[in-house]
Amino acid sequence: MNGPIVDARGLHKHFGALHVLRGVDLKVAERELVFVIGPSGSGKSTLLRCLNRLEEPSAGRVVVDGIDMLDPRTDINHARQRIGMVFQSFNLYPHMTALGNVTLALRKVAGKSRAEADALGRAALERVGLGDRAGHTPGQLSGGQQQRVAIARAIALEPRVMLFDEPTSALDPELVGSVLEVMRSLRESGMTMIVVSHEMGFARNAADRVVFMDEGAIVEEGPPAAIFAKPTHERTRAFISQIQRH
Amino acid sequence: MSSWERFAETFLNTKVMLKYLPDILSGVVVTIELAALVVVTGIAAGLALALLRSLGIRPLNWLIVVVVDLFRSLPPLVVIVLIYFGLPSVDLSPSGFVSTWLSLAFVLMAFSEEIFWAGITAVARGQWEAARSTGLSFGQTLMSVVLPQAFRLTIPPLTNRTIAITKGTALGTVVAVTEILGQASSAMSNSYNPSPLLMGALAYIVLFFPVVVVARWVETRLAWKR
Repeated sequence: MNGPIVDARGLHKHFGALHVLRGVDLKVAERELVFVIGPSGSGKSTLLRCLNRLEEPSAGRVVVDGIDMLDPRTDINHARQRIGMVFQSFNLYPHMTALGNVTLALRKVAGKSRAEADALGRAALERVGLGDRAGHTPGQLSGGQQQRVAIARAIALEPRVMLFDEPTSALDPELVGSVLEVMRSLRESGMTMIVVSHEMGFARNAADRVVFMDEGAIVEEGPPAAIFAKPTHERTRAFISQIQRH
Repeated sequence: MSSWERFAETFLNTKVMLKYLPDILSGVVVTIELAALVVVTGIAAGLALALLRSLGIRPLNWLIVVVVDLFRSLPPLVVIVLIYFGLPSVDLSPSGFVSTWLSLAFVLMAFSEEIFWAGITAVARGQWEAARSTGLSFGQTLMSVVLPQAFRLTIPPLTNRTIAITKGTALGTVVAVTEILGQASSAMSNSYNPSPLLMGALAYIVLFFPVVVVARWVETRLAWKR
């Protein structure tokens, strides 16, 4: 196996006086699914957003698929094509159809013709089970369907890594399953994934590694069985028991 | 003579109306020219300023805000008079038409910049982030994702402002522009009869009513299905 596809070292992030990331190191191997858990405000989302530079790290190094993301000479728009991201609030473009959402970057960034982009876009919608919804606008779709369109928008660009920032937190409970289903099939196709989420059942079944963060640092990490059954740190234990209480 | 006949004789005097109809019509042409110039240049300049402002270059933004607030607080008439009587002292002598055009365009620019800016900032941050995360550049995100949503929000306030300011073309009378009101009032003083003024009022309605209707149509066209 080659080196890690995501290699973040010594990441720090300050928001004014707030020190949100305090020296995070994260290596993710190809085809690995890393699950990031931790209390709110622990820096999980910020960590994800530093990986594709939606957030500018205050210090540290991020290399994704061999590209130094923080090097000023890096074409960040080109690099971001390789890093798909899915947001808690979907962030679909409301003035476009599902297909329009999926094909925008294919046409504008990947330089595909409209016909090519439409074909790839339809294939991506097919993969998330929404081939028949290509002409619908986000307002005509349920939350679960919207999130699946958002996943299609990201995977249509054939990224090397997918970042999921609490992809099911804004969904009604009965819609969560369909999104997790898509994530599971993505995982089976060999996609490298970093997932911030509170879906512990999914973590237990699908994750290769669980990373527990607290107060801007990684407290401990390991295979899900180990982290959930016998966490070594007091804070991890407290968090896990808190979550499992309900 | 009944009171109605007296009223008709004064305000709906057919003889006077027919005599001055050509003058009023030529005024309509001038008003249309002036209004079209003001709308096109004012809104284009306002949009350009809003786009410049979205780049977030701080000294430039301060400058934009100062200019915009200046033109929003000055009465358009004052701007017209300043340009018409002030610029000759720096060896520029704009005609009344040009003075009125420039003044109203500056005022519309200022208001429309604020309207466009409000529309741009009203588009959720997540829209920017989603687009940028797929590799779209700042400009592509602005053009394909943010502006189409911002425009939809700006249409109603923008049409209100545009109509209000283009009606200000009537202020051109002060600097001898022969637009509708100018023609009507000189016809009124020449004929000792206010009927031309009524014709002028009618001309304004005929002119601006379609604008309101078109604006409404654009609003419904731009609304996306929910």
